[in-house]
Amino acid sequence: MRRILVIGNGMASVRFVEELLRAAPGRFDVTVVGAETSPGYNRVLLSALLAGDVKQDDILLRGRDWYEANGVRLLTGDPVISIDCELKVATLASDETIEFDHCVFATGSNPIKLPLPGIDLPGVRAFRDLSDVDAMEVCASKGEKVAVIGGGLLGIEAAYGLARRGADVTLVHVMDRLMERQLDAPSAALLRRAMARKGVKVLLEKSTQAILGDDHVCGLSFTDESSLDLSQVICAVGIRPNAALAKTAGLDVNRGIVVDDAMRASIDGFFAIGECAEHRGVAYGLVEPAYAQARTLALHLAGAAAPFEGMVLATNLKVSGVPVFSAGEFLEPEGADIVVMQDRANSIYRKCVIANGLLIGCILVGDTDDALWYLDLIRAKTDISLARRMLVHGRAFAEPLLTPPLADRAA
Amino acid sequence: MSAGSNMATGASVKTTCAYCGVGCGIEMRKLGDGGFEATGDPSHPANFGRICVKGAALGETLALDRRLLFPRIHGQRATWNQAINYVADGLKATLEKYGPGAIAFYLSGQMLTEDYYVANKFAKGFLGTPHVDTNSRLCMASSVAGHRRAFGSDTVPNSYEDLDSADLIILVGSNAAWCHPVLFQRMQAARDTRGAKLVNIDTRRTATSDGADLHLNIRPGMDSVLFSWLFREIGARAAMDAIYVAEHTSGLNEALSRARIVAPDMETVAIRTGLSPQEINAFVDLFIARDRTVTCYSQGVNQSAQGTDKVNAIINCHLATGRIGKSGSGPLSLTGQPNAMGGREVGGLANMLAAHMGYGESDVDRVSRFWNAPNIARREGLKAVQMFEAIERGEIRALWVMHTNPAVTLPRADEMRDALRKLDLFIVSEAMEETDTTRCQPHVLLPAAAWGEKNGTVTNSERRISRQRAFMEAPGEAKPDWMHMTLVAQRMGFAEEFTYESPAAIFREHAALSAFENGGARDFDIGALAWLDEGEYEALEPVQWPCPEQGEPQARLFAQGGFFTGDRRGRFVAIEPPDLAQTPTSEFPLVLNTGRVRDHWHTMMRTGLSTRLARHVEEPQLSMHPFDAAAAGLGEGDYARIESAHGAATLRVAFDEGLGRSSVFAPIHWNDATGGLARVDALAAPCTDPFSGQPELKATPVRVQRIAMRCEGFLLSRQRTEMPSWLAHARVTIPGGEAVIFASTREAMSLHALLVNHLGEAGERAELSDPASGDFRFVAFDGKRLEGALFVQPKRDAPALDWLIDSFGKAELSVGERKAILAGRAPAGLAGLGPLVCSCFAVRETAIADAAREGAEDVEAIGARLKAGTNCGSCRPEIRQILNKLAPARQAELAA
Repeated sequence: MRRILVIGNGMASVRFVEELLRAAPGRFDVTVVGAETSPGYNRVLLSALLAGDVKQDDILLRGRDWYEANGVRLLTGDPVISIDCELKVATLASDETIEFDHCVFATGSNPIKLPLPGIDLPGVRAFRDLSDVDAMEVCASKGEKVAVIGGGLLGIEAAYGLARRGADVTLVHVMDRLMERQLDAPSAALLRRAMARKGVKVLLEKSTQAILGDDHVCGLSFTDESSLDLSQVICAVGIRPNAALAKTAGLDVNRGIVVDDAMRASIDGFFAIGECAEHRGVAYGLVEPAYAQARTLALHLAGAAAPFEGMVLATNLKVSGVPVFSAGEFLEPEGADIVVMQDRANSIYRKCVIANGLLIGCILVGDTDDALWYLDLIRAKTDISLARRMLVHGRAFAEPLLTPPLADRAA
Repeated sequence: MSAGSNMATGASVKTTCAYCGVGCGIEMRKLGDGGFEATGDPSHPANFGRICVKGAALGETLALDRRLLFPRIHGQRATWNQAINYVADGLKATLEKYGPGAIAFYLSGQMLTEDYYVANKFAKGFLGTPHVDTNSRLCMASSVAGHRRAFGSDTVPNSYEDLDSADLIILVGSNAAWCHPVLFQRMQAARDTRGAKLVNIDTRRTATSDGADLHLNIRPGMDSVLFSWLFREIGARAAMDAIYVAEHTSGLNEALSRARIVAPDMETVAIRTGLSPQEINAFVDLFIARDRTVTCYSQGVNQSAQGTDKVNAIINCHLATGRIGKSGSGPLSLTGQPNAMGGREVGGLANMLAAHMGYGESDVDRVSRFWNAPNIARREGLKAVQMFEAIERGEIRALWVMHTNPAVTLPRADEMRDALRKLDLFIVSEAMEETDTTRCQPHVLLPAAAWGEKNGTVTNSERRISRQRAFMEAPGEAKPDWMHMTLVAQRMGFAEEFTYESPAAIFREHAALSAFENGGARDFDIGALAWLDEGEYEALEPVQWPCPEQGEPQARLFAQGGFFTGDRRGRFVAIEPPDLAQTPTSEFPLVLNTGRVRDHWHTMMRTGLSTRLARHVEEPQLSMHPFDAAAAGLGEGDYARIESAHGAATLRVAFDEGLGRSSVFAPIHWNDATGGLARVDALAAPCTDPFSGQPELKATPVRVQRIAMRCEGFLLSRQRTEMPSWLAHARVTIPGGEAVIFASTREAMSLHALLVNHLGEAGERAELSDPASGDFRFVAFDGKRLEGALFVQPKRDAPALDWLIDSFGKAELSVGERKAILAGRAPAGLAGLGPLVCSCFAVRETAIADAAREGAEDVEAIGARLKAGTNCGSCRPEIRQILNKLAPARQAELAA
């Protein structure tokens, strides 16, 4: 039996193991090594956990019994610290060594740490794992003043969760709008208003100069010479692929571990999936491509070809009552048609970006029921010409128009 | 706001319909919500309980929102006392400076006989001006002139009941199916039950043609050629009633020899009329074979520069066959207004003096003595078109307009508006605040009581006098017209001659004048009614004239001769070979015909208030034969600028294969108060008939040019929204507000930006913008209610308009419905409802088509299933058309 070592026990890892068990049952001897003490959990739901919408048990992906029942060896709280690519041996923090035939990197990513004075002060943390959530719950329940730095998806979810739990939250963002990589100005403005209604103060175009405090954080100062008093700071300014181990081992690494369409890294027998991988120059930071990559790799190892050829990105913001969805080209590329619908009272915004009879991007705020339908249209490159005039109104109106009426088809 | 009425809920008042000349009796019943419901009066001989959709919707037209409630002087509110002083002083000043000939009255076939009588007496008798004319000049003056030439009097010889016993009914220039629907249903009944044949002679195939056995698509203006040929054939085939001709007529030979010139041979007749010899023969054969013949004619005959000759060409055939004044036989002019006939009776036309008396010396003397009016006018006055030309020239300095809208309806209407501004004294008595005429800056505006608020009488097309009765109080300070003039006359020192305190008193005087020194010399004699007291007048049952003090009312005249000419013989009239006043040229190659649509009437000041009537035809359309349209590069639904030497309009093009080639049709109704760039009478030339003075409103040479509209759309609002005058648009009254349908050559985005401002500060807004498609939509909500909408799109989205109008009428929209508003489609993929076909029961085309697919095969089956077509019946031709359109598909289904 071929031995597979999976480094990391996050969402990509667990999905890969599931797919492999399904695609090639009994053909591999699988060992999974995780750095965190808990078995792999659904990191996407951390914000829901923080907001109190789910409990910790709910976000566990698979319990230890599942690994056992499927003959998968799971080691947690014991990270791999080095790898010998030639000998195909990994060494863990506990000094244990594991030999393997195939090694899959599913090491995910690390939060970006701002190069600011005071960044290491107590009370300053990222929003990445269960321990962060625990700490945030504690300060929120005391009603502390918290700043979240970073107005992207993660920062917004953190800010919302903290506010839900009782913290006095200010969201600090350096750009002129929230989620600038997924939203245009009107949708971002709607989101900002929605956040304000949820009790989150939003400061835009605020560049943090320093994190203030002596033995504990006590404030932020900004480049415009204003400042903010507070007792906690959450940094959510982005993630970076966690590829240090792979790089040390000698694999090709740019931003992430360089892989091909079958998820093969630069050395035979080594693979990477999820946020640590860099495919065709893109290191994805979302779960959906990670799942797709996991499937591709599982099938590849099972002997079937299911190349991963990249993916149009789609973002779902999970803040209850403020559904936001963005996919594809959401701004206004040259030559594209923009159709925008806005219902201010209902905080509904929809934008379709259309080029050459195809939907190439969209933004939905307030009503995202049709998000997946739009995403399918984008990904499948469906010709939407016939339904164009109804497209922005959603599936119920547009879908019947996508195909020509029977009479026309006969002709 | 709705009118006040002291009536108890459930109580009803019998009155007469406000619209056409059929003069249907109706009952207005008070409803629990304070409104009124109109139903047919089963006892009224004009309609026996039937009413058409316009009559049935009268209850929807009683709102007071747009009423003129107070007198205005120079636009400012004034007291009645001030207004009366202003008018009296102004008239006096005009008299002193320019003499009586500088004063004119322009009246209306919608005034009651009593109003008319006071106007006529005041103007002709006491101001001494003969310039009293009426919008009836635009309506049936040619019939009057034709009657007078043939009969020596303006007498309609027959009655509606003759339609019940006729074997042949000929309609000439009449779309009775739409314009006189109740009579048309009566004709259809004669066809169905007795096998009467119906011939329709028109320049276009209409809904009336669909109910006819023979349709003759005649070339414009050529009716008298056809009837001259018929006249000749009656002689040639020995079909003449030689005894009647010998005993009761004169002028046969001269008329017949002229007919030979007008219609020299079959070939010429065929070429001139555009009919085939077979069609012509079929018509002649029918006429000769069927003794009981009623020929009904309407505006297609009258509104013509040869209208009087057309009338006489028809009457010649009836005189020659003795088919006149007999049961089932006779000519029957169908009038367009509720009281055109009453106006004729009092003398409200410039060439009549009073009570069917003219300007002969003895008549003038007689009326002068009766009125005690030594300064009475002694010569004929100017007829409408000439009257306004005299205003234009500055000869007439003072004008009083009552209950009509000349700024819309006169030929060269644009120039007439300018002419009105030259007047020293311009008085308008009007019920509505905003009409195109009240916008011409009258010096004095007097608020008039409207239909339903005033008492009096009207006379219908069969000489039947019926009471119009009030069932509401006049709002604000509105007063009946007779009172306006009585007050002014009293102020001017004629208190003894104008003592009226009720319409009954006026009616008694009118009736007494008709009988004054009459002795059977004049046809119009209602002496039997001269002694009605107030109670008897109030209870007056419909009665036909003549009804002299001695003798019974007469349903028919002239069967035994007894014409009102000097020798009591009827006259054959030698007519001129007809030609259009203006023939098409290379510059203006098409001929514009004008007329009514089914659910509107005149300038829509009343029908435009009803939501039910608004939806059958929502906007004015230019009907064109597809070939003519193609030649002009026009597709169906395109917009065209239609232009004559006098004016222009911009209308949407509809294909109509029923039109003759080079002939186009546009409706008369829309004007600046109900639309924009849609006034078709502005195109008409002031060419008038030499006898009747009636203008040729149905044959104006025009050219048509495609207008490349860059956007089309609609606006919905709760309040009336001001629209730019340069925008082609039409207003549609809808439940809860109004819709405006428009099209523009401007960029969609800029038009949208402009019109959004017109909607004002609306509530919660939702918008859609699709610049690449030129699609911009805006809607505003107030809570769960739709408050306003503006859609500017590349092409009109009719289903969206339907859906939004539907939503606009709802007090509350569901979440799903609200989401669907900007989409312009009902949720769950509801199909478009299609155009409204049956206004009575609000049945739309889609429902009819569905019922047809489910097996309803004919109009009766559709009626049984959907009720469509079972009330007024005016939509039955359209239902038949829908069924015919679907028939091939249904047969294919059955075959498969």
